[in-house]
Amino acid sequence: MKAWLTHHLFSLKIAAQRFREAPLATLFTILVIGIAVAMPSGLYAMLSNLDRAAGGVKPQVELTLFIKAETPESEAKALAARLAKEADIARVSFIGKAEGIRKLEAAGLSDITAGLPANPLPDSLIITPRDSNPAALEALSNRLKNMEPTQRIVMDADWIKRLSALMGLGENLVILLAALLGLALAAITANTIRLQIYAQKDEIEVAQLIGATDRFIRRPFLYFGGIQGLIGGLAGGLIVMLGGYFIESSVAQVAAAYGASFDLTGLSLGELALLLGLSTLLGWLGAYFSVNQALRSFANP
Amino acid sequence: MIELSDVTKRYPGGHEAVSNLSLTIQQGELVFLTGHSGAGKSTLLKLIAAIERPTTGNVVVNGQNVGRMKRPALPFFRRNIGLIFQDHKLLYDRSVFDNVLLPLHIQGMTGSDAAKRVRAALDKVGLLKKEKTRPITLSGGEQQRLCIARAIVSRPALVLADEPTANLDDAYARDIMDMFRAFNEVGVTLVISTHDQALIHRYGGRSVNLAYGKLVA
Repeated sequence: MKAWLTHHLFSLKIAAQRFREAPLATLFTILVIGIAVAMPSGLYAMLSNLDRAAGGVKPQVELTLFIKAETPESEAKALAARLAKEADIARVSFIGKAEGIRKLEAAGLSDITAGLPANPLPDSLIITPRDSNPAALEALSNRLKNMEPTQRIVMDADWIKRLSALMGLGENLVILLAALLGLALAAITANTIRLQIYAQKDEIEVAQLIGATDRFIRRPFLYFGGIQGLIGGLAGGLIVMLGGYFIESSVAQVAAAYGASFDLTGLSLGELALLLGLSTLLGWLGAYFSVNQALRSFANP
Repeated sequence: MIELSDVTKRYPGGHEAVSNLSLTIQQGELVFLTGHSGAGKSTLLKLIAAIERPTTGNVVVNGQNVGRMKRPALPFFRRNIGLIFQDHKLLYDRSVFDNVLLPLHIQGMTGSDAAKRVRAALDKVGLLKKEKTRPITLSGGEQQRLCIARAIVSRPALVLADEPTANLDDAYARDIMDMFRAFNEVGVTLVISTHDQALIHRYGGRSVNLAYGKLVA
């Protein structure tokens, strides 16, 4: 157990020594890994912020139900009362034809309304659904359409569908980007390890000739790859954080222009831990692949 | 201890370094491999140390068939052999002490036990005072002695030396041969390749003469 620990500490020492021997090269490698990590995780952070922002907007989705023109107001109000009790409807408000006209006037269209011989507007119900996902809205709208005395349903659900589709696209992009750049991370590590192996060729060969196991030779390289991945992951997390600070004020401005306030959130601790774990693992894997290939080509036939 | 039977080593490209060779070496023997350069001396040593595998035939060392040994078993097999190279194969990025420590370290031996054995080995080859220096500052003879210290530090029962005196002047060469003689006297089996006939005459021991990969009587 003690020998085992000493071995590992020794390997760790060698790995640290190799970092110190080439500080500039190591810095660049870590920067490259950092950027490779920052791209998918930054995009992921952006999407989760966007999702949160969209979530804040969704309850405001409304359906407008226009009542058939000859229907008495009492019947329309009765429908409103009935709908208000339904499970998937949050709120129903009745807007009579007189109120409709007043709203138009208030909106600055009094010139037009003044020229009309009679009020052409029907009574209408503004319905706020509880669930704003596109499928639920579609179902609700279809149900309302077949009720008496509904004339027509107007629903502005297109933007919700678009948003939902865009978020789906964004998620797929994150997955694609993460896969590609994860591969790049492993490849970058494999390459730096390959250069190290080349520089340490003599040592590896001598070690094999005097009885070193593959494991013994591999270990410092694995530590190096893993640590490089970990530090690269940290750099990536830092880049995402700095990027967040950088765009924070402009996000606030955009939100203010929409009359809302919005705080950007970065990666959560769990997400950060996952990111670091993955980048460490990929660095380790890259090193493993690289060393194994080299081991086969040296002194052991 | 070492038994080669009908061993042939053919390198890619068709060159046959060792042809149909049979040889038995008993435990505790001191054997000189002689012959012109290219006669197959180095290849023979490599076959015994499992650095090369025979194309045909069997190489048995300590009852183990070396040619058929699986790759993961090789390191453990080599730990029982001290290898001494003509070009020393020292590591110039570390001290004399650390060079000799490496075999022990590989075997999982650390701390003061290991340090004691390193110093004992360095003492045997007369390099104890130089343990902190870098190998590059040593003379050719001293580098060869350092290589010997590294080979014997784990106290192997078999030492293989490939042209250990090739680049040394006579006084250094005698030094090193005296060392080998001393190891042999305490029971270490030694196989030494050399083309220095004078050396063999002086030290006696068994002489195995090779020419074009074959034994010559």
